[in-house]
Amino acid sequence: MEHSLVQEKQKTGFSEWMLRLPSILYLVMMIVIPLIVIIQDGFREGISGLVHQITLPIAWHAILLTLWTSALMTIINALMGLVTAYVLVRYDFPGKRILNAIIDLPLSIPTLVTGVMLVMLYGPQQALGSFLNESLGLQIIFAPPGIVLALLFISFPFVVRTVQPVLEDLDRSQEDAANTLGANSWTTFRKVVLPALILPTLSGGLLSFSRAVGEFGAVVIVAGNIPLKTQTAAVYVLGAVESENRLGASAVSLLLIAMSLFVLMTANIIEKRWGAHQ
Amino acid sequence: MNKDKKGLGAWTLILLVIIYMGFLIIAPIFALIKGAFQDSFDAFWQSLTSTAMLDSLWLSLKIALLVVFIQAIFGSLIAWVLVRQDFPGKSILNNLIDIPFALSPVVVGYMLLLLFGRNGFFYPVLDALNIKIAFAVPGMFLATLFVSLPFMIREMIPVIINLDRQQEYAAATLGANKWISFWRIIFPQMKSAFIYGISLTLARAFGEFGAVLVIGGGVQGRTETATLFIFRSIEERQNIEAYTASILLGAFSVLIVSLADSFKNAQKKKQKMGSIEVRR
Repeated sequence: MEHSLVQEKQKTGFSEWMLRLPSILYLVMMIVIPLIVIIQDGFREGISGLVHQITLPIAWHAILLTLWTSALMTIINALMGLVTAYVLVRYDFPGKRILNAIIDLPLSIPTLVTGVMLVMLYGPQQALGSFLNESLGLQIIFAPPGIVLALLFISFPFVVRTVQPVLEDLDRSQEDAANTLGANSWTTFRKVVLPALILPTLSGGLLSFSRAVGEFGAVVIVAGNIPLKTQTAAVYVLGAVESENRLGASAVSLLLIAMSLFVLMTANIIEKRWGAHQ
Repeated sequence: MNKDKKGLGAWTLILLVIIYMGFLIIAPIFALIKGAFQDSFDAFWQSLTSTAMLDSLWLSLKIALLVVFIQAIFGSLIAWVLVRQDFPGKSILNNLIDIPFALSPVVVGYMLLLLFGRNGFFYPVLDALNIKIAFAVPGMFLATLFVSLPFMIREMIPVIINLDRQQEYAAATLGANKWISFWRIIFPQMKSAFIYGISLTLARAFGEFGAVLVIGGGVQGRTETATLFIFRSIEERQNIEAYTASILLGAFSVLIVSLADSFKNAQKKKQKMGSIEVRR
């Protein structure tokens, strides 16, 4: 844009500091201080104390459950998010606008309400829930499938909304060329469209993973709180806080923070890379 | 291209998406609506007007409105500083903002407990001054403030980047002071993002659960927000209460966000028409 205007040298006057100082103070007090305190608390008994707390059987089980349900959700969400974005951008069909509006609903519905909704649908006393349980032996509520469903619900928009704009901006002439040269639609998709969508799909998937690892409201309702069975890491932290197991709460919290931030940063790096390609 | 003639493959994909979204999102929503009205409308109404429900809704509303007020001020301020000023450490600040998105709400509540709870970092000071933050409303307010921090800032940043600076320079040249130029020229351009940011913050604040549970404890009548009321109702198997409150909360959030959405789209249309007129 107007580079000459934007880059014009500004000297920092009184009014700039009046804006800058409160901003910095607010962020430091809200985010930096709480983070420092929890890091200091988690390492109170050194790294070995931290590792010991994390590898206690109940904590370790909760962490593994969180990781595999989040990973399974990410794979399904990446695949279905990609398909959904493709269908919404490339095809016209009745009801498309409604579908497009529904995608954002999980972002505004409180996650606790999501949990309640899933229990209403798949709970043992509900028609669908008891049918699945009796005829297929498939238990969803108070079991890992419920966790995966809850995570899929809350993170559905992430992949769709990352892939959609990229697909909309994609240059169609390459596809036309491929078609003209005799490629069938599957080959065209695989060779021309898919390569452009891989990074956005990956980035959206990682975003949803980082969101899922710490999810609490939906999961606590759907999975219950059964140690060594359906207790996830976030629910474990709640239990540790309630039973005054301070080091355990801090240690698992720190692991959750580290995982989420690492995955989020990776997603941001990927996003920058495909931004640079365009 | 193949927009009008769809083959079998296209219809398979469309059907797959409809079924997937139907099962994943639409079916649970309908299950909730059906559940809330399963007994009768009277039962729904009775639970809606119970004291515990009204108290919890009122507390949620108070916390959410105060959070929105603070976030509107500081969110706009931080966005402005990040776009318009340059100083060492700015990129660190920029990265800090997304951290609340990535943290588990339980961890957020727990961090505040480490700061303000018994044995907490600030506890001696607070105790001496007789201020109660943990297991009280101020702590729940802080928790909600933390989780909703990024929304306002992330909405405002792109708008401030795209502000038309020619107009600001023109105003300054014509002798307008910064204050006048802000209200007359800058704010009108930011209005729709401002309202959108407020709505997202409000919806998020109203629906916060994990963080306020840990820091507030969910004592009925004192620190019980609407989400904590739902949680207690589920645990006590008061299903109608839980469903009624859930439906209310879900409808409220969806309504706020979609109102803001339509406002944003209307503004966009208006701006587009304006620019066409100018070009002509």
